[in-house]
Order: sequence, then structure tokens, then C-alpha cells
Amino acid sequence: MRVLQIIEPAHRATLEEQDDTVLWFTRAIRAAGAEADVLFVGSAVSYAARGQDATGFEVGAWKQRHPPALEHEIAKLIESGARVSVLREDLIERGLDPEAMLPNVGTTSARQLGALLGQYDRVWKW
Amino acid sequence: MNPALTILMMDAPYEQARTATAFRLLDAALRRGFSLKVFAYEGAVSLPLTLQKPHANAVHGRTLEEEAHPTPPVWVSALMQSARERDLEFEWVNCGLCVDERGATEVVAGAKRGSPADFWRMAGESVNTLVIPTR
Repeated sequence: MRVLQIIEPAHRATLEEQDDTVLWFTRAIRAAGAEADVLFVGSAVSYAARGQDATGFEVGAWKQRHPPALEHEIAKLIESGARVSVLREDLIERGLDPEAMLPNVGTTSARQLGALLGQYDRVWKW
Repeated sequence: MNPALTILMMDAPYEQARTATAFRLLDAALRRGFSLKVFAYEGAVSLPLTLQKPHANAVHGRTLEEEAHPTPPVWVSALMQSARERDLEFEWVNCGLCVDERGATEVVAGAKRGSPADFWRMAGESVNTLVIPTR
């Protein structure tokens, strides 16, 4: 069963969880045998941008030692065989350069979306 | 054997309309003869938490009994009972790490602890799967 995980909200509890909860979930179900790929849409297209740095979260004397490292998490997901892509129109709308994404992250356009969804047995929109 | 549906819930209770809608869907599915598999992720692991207490409501001018405040663990138990009466399967799995984060360990009888691997198994055993994420 092939699954496409469409992720829309960005940075939902990423500091507390030290990861994106759906990226984490996707890696976990892939480890359990799921053929799961990821498509970033909406604000989550920013996950594919290079140079993200979530360090520096401090509360009083407490300092976060392991902030979320989304570039790393996406790289590990791709390393496991997942296809990761972003919706081109949502990148452009946010002023992000489709040519400056993380390595091995693909782009797809709204016009190609139907054909992409057709490749999957299940589509789960987060 | 009755067909099964899997539903993933992610919202904590008392915050939005998705929780009640999800329970309506679960109830309707049982009434139509589907077995159910529920995976509670993140805040949704608090849904079957038995420490939730109904309260009186001074603004409404009602006592504890009159207010009959709804609490999600009662809904979970009611669904389990409804499934038993219909001879349908009902499986509720809480994400274990999410339980640990929240200390949400006191849950209704029958709710189990598991991992995303359980969700993947449930999806494979079901005719369809609905993910209801937080927004």
C-alpha cells in the first residue's frame, strides 16, 4: 500500500517535539514497512528551504540542547527511500526559490497534483 | 467478518470542533456495521483519560448532575460498549511516547498503548483510513 503524506502546517510544536510530528510519524511508519512519501504544501513548503536554524530557544536559565533539525530529518527520510516534494506554487507565493531547495527534494505543480495523487493507494492530509 | 475503518485523531479534547465530529463519525460507522480502529496521536491521547471530571456550571446555573458535562472518556467507553452490543471490533491505541510526554496514563479499560507501527497495521487491516490532524 503506497501512501502520500501531505503536510500543510509548519512548525507545529517543533520546538517541544524536537522534530515535525508528521515527519517523525512518517519515519516511524516507514520503519514499520510503510511505503510512505511526503508532499509539503502551504506553510510547510518552508521545510524544504536550505539553511534553517532553530537554535536559541531559552526559557529563564533553561536552554534547549537539541532543537529541531528539519533539514537533517528530511535528509534521513529521503535516505530511507521516501520521495519528498513540495508544491511549486506555494513556494513561489512565499518568496522561496524552487531552485534552492534541499538536495533531492522535488517540486510538483498544482496541475500535476492529480496525477501525483493517482500514484497512491492512500492520501493522508495533515 | 465486518469491514474495518481506521481513524487517526490528533487533537486534545475541549479545544475545537474536530473531536466531537470525529466521535460522530465513529458512532455512525459502528451503526452502519463497521469495526473501528482508532489511533490517538499527540494531544488525542488525553481523550480516554479517566482523570477528567465533569463539573457544575455556575454561569449556566446548573448543578453537577443538571449540567451532565460531557467528557471524552465516557464517549470512548460508550463506543466500546456500542461495538460489543453489535459484535463489532473496536480497537483504541494511544501513541505511547505521546502518553509519556503528557503523563496521560490513566485511561479507560480497553485502551491500549502502542506506536505508529500499530497505526500502519490498522491501516492495512482496514478498508479505508481517515487522518484528522490538528490545525
